[in-house]
Amino acid sequence: MAPVTSQPAVTAAGGSLRRSRPRWGERIIESMLFVAALVSVATTIGIVIAVAVPTQEFFQEIPFTEFFTGTRWTPLFADPSYGVLPLVSATIVVTIIAMLVAIPLGVGAAIYLSEYSAERTRKVLKPVLEVLAGVPTVVYGFFALKGITPFLRDIWPAGDGPAVFNALVAGFVMGIMIIPTVASLSEDAMSAVPRSLRDGAYALGSSKMLVATRVVVPAAISGIIAAIVLGLSRAIGETMIVTIAGGGQANLSWNPLEGMLTMTAFVAQAGSGDVPVGSIDYKTIFAVASLLFVMTFALNLLSIRLVRKYREVYE
Amino acid sequence: MTATLPRTSSDSPSTLRGTRRPRRELAFRIALQASLAIAVSFLVVLLVYVVWTGAPRLDMNLLRNMPSTLRPETAGAQSAITGTLWVISLTALFTVPIGVMSAIYLEEYADQTKWWNKVIDINIQNLAAVPSIVYGILGLGVIARGLGLGLTVLAAAVTLSLLVLPVVIISGREAIRAVPNSIRFGSLALGATKWQTIWKQVLPAAVPGTATGSILALSRAIGEAAPLLLLGALAYISFNPDGVLSQFTVLPVQIYDFIKQSREEFVPLASAAIVVLLVILLAMNSVAIFLRNKFQRRW
Repeated sequence: MAPVTSQPAVTAAGGSLRRSRPRWGERIIESMLFVAALVSVATTIGIVIAVAVPTQEFFQEIPFTEFFTGTRWTPLFADPSYGVLPLVSATIVVTIIAMLVAIPLGVGAAIYLSEYSAERTRKVLKPVLEVLAGVPTVVYGFFALKGITPFLRDIWPAGDGPAVFNALVAGFVMGIMIIPTVASLSEDAMSAVPRSLRDGAYALGSSKMLVATRVVVPAAISGIIAAIVLGLSRAIGETMIVTIAGGGQANLSWNPLEGMLTMTAFVAQAGSGDVPVGSIDYKTIFAVASLLFVMTFALNLLSIRLVRKYREVYE
Repeated sequence: MTATLPRTSSDSPSTLRGTRRPRRELAFRIALQASLAIAVSFLVVLLVYVVWTGAPRLDMNLLRNMPSTLRPETAGAQSAITGTLWVISLTALFTVPIGVMSAIYLEEYADQTKWWNKVIDINIQNLAAVPSIVYGILGLGVIARGLGLGLTVLAAAVTLSLLVLPVVIISGREAIRAVPNSIRFGSLALGATKWQTIWKQVLPAAVPGTATGSILALSRAIGEAAPLLLLGALAYISFNPDGVLSQFTVLPVQIYDFIKQSREEFVPLASAAIVVLLVILLAMNSVAIFLRNKFQRRW
């Protein structure tokens, strides 16, 4: 805050009406509020320290190249091997499946809510959609493992069906979970598109579908991409669904019918025991977590930038 | 795009809707409706499945008995339910005041052109999207080990507080921003100081919005399992917490533990515990919606 004490009353435009003597009580309150706001900054710093220190110790024992190029992940075995690629490939497979579900359904739902539905239907459907985001992920994991997978194995037409733990069902359920994230942000962006653009297109004889696909969606595209990027970050960071339904064995495979261990699932499984501080197992958990944090951090920042962009244009 | 020449006179006014691509229009519309229908029906099937499989175990044993790996037929989840209550009450105690204070600072005091305030703003948006398991890592590495709180109710509550803090702040800011400036100017013009204005005028008007946002944030914390896995909640706990430094488990983690058991009898038990969890969440959300509808003012 600008100093207020010694300003001449006439010159400063904003400060001139302030009291000439500071109110200490007000100042103290303001600094307390500022400290509260710093808690969130401290959280980020805490996260960085929490992952960075053990990760740095990890790389003193395990070479960089083994971690990033190795294809075997067996850190908790008698013959340990620390190649992170199987965890990364599993994360990619599950994320792609989830996005194949979440992008079309989420954007489709957003277009419908923003362009087609009546105000009353929208008021009912939007909260219902939000409920999907509020269901605890452990519940999704349970439904995937005990509900969908057995059903899918029963009706699988030919050949080997999905394994008991598999990436396909985990990814599908995760995609459903992410629909509200994608839909809600996309719809905000589409609602921010000025009415005049739509009216102009209608006046040129466009149909409703053309207005939606050639005017509203392109105009809102940065917001829609922001929504998708945020959904992507959610998918990479989602833990319980893949821990429960995705399988516990690291598996460098692109076959979604097999079980595979994602980065998050490894952290959750290896970390849920009482791991001794300072052991290589402990550091391994943090090394994987730091890779996860860096990936999601970059995606989040990208998403935030994109949202600002559309806000700048239309609001 | 479709700007066509005026139609010939054979077109009556009733065909002004456009006759060129009705099929595609219809298919597009149906596809949009289908995407919503798929999402909503998935939710319905999930709820029906959970209630259906959990029905045989929805009895008083669930609330009265402790978890047991030996007798799933009569095992309960009492220690997990009390653990959840302990952790969430403490979380609310930490996160709501800090969240509201941060929101007041950012909306009422912060000069948004200053770089540090921009950093705080972007940082909060980013934290809202950091995966919950990373907060577990923060809890394990810094809060439990670094600060020495150990694998306790207190460490869990601090971790969850930080996890939902961005949500509380963002909803608090929206509630404060919704209070019109005329209220502030009126108060200032009558000689109130800035803080008196905030405390007596702005905050009371922002209470419904803040309360709604806080309850929704806490209901997210109740459903979190991943960060608490790292804080020792998966240990076999057959006692209720007796203080903030007690070991603990919570409902979502207990559900995960039931799911991991191989015996078939654990499936109805897990479902029944899920129903309890969902009922708690439903109750909290109902309160939030009630508060919003009852007290929110349109200016």
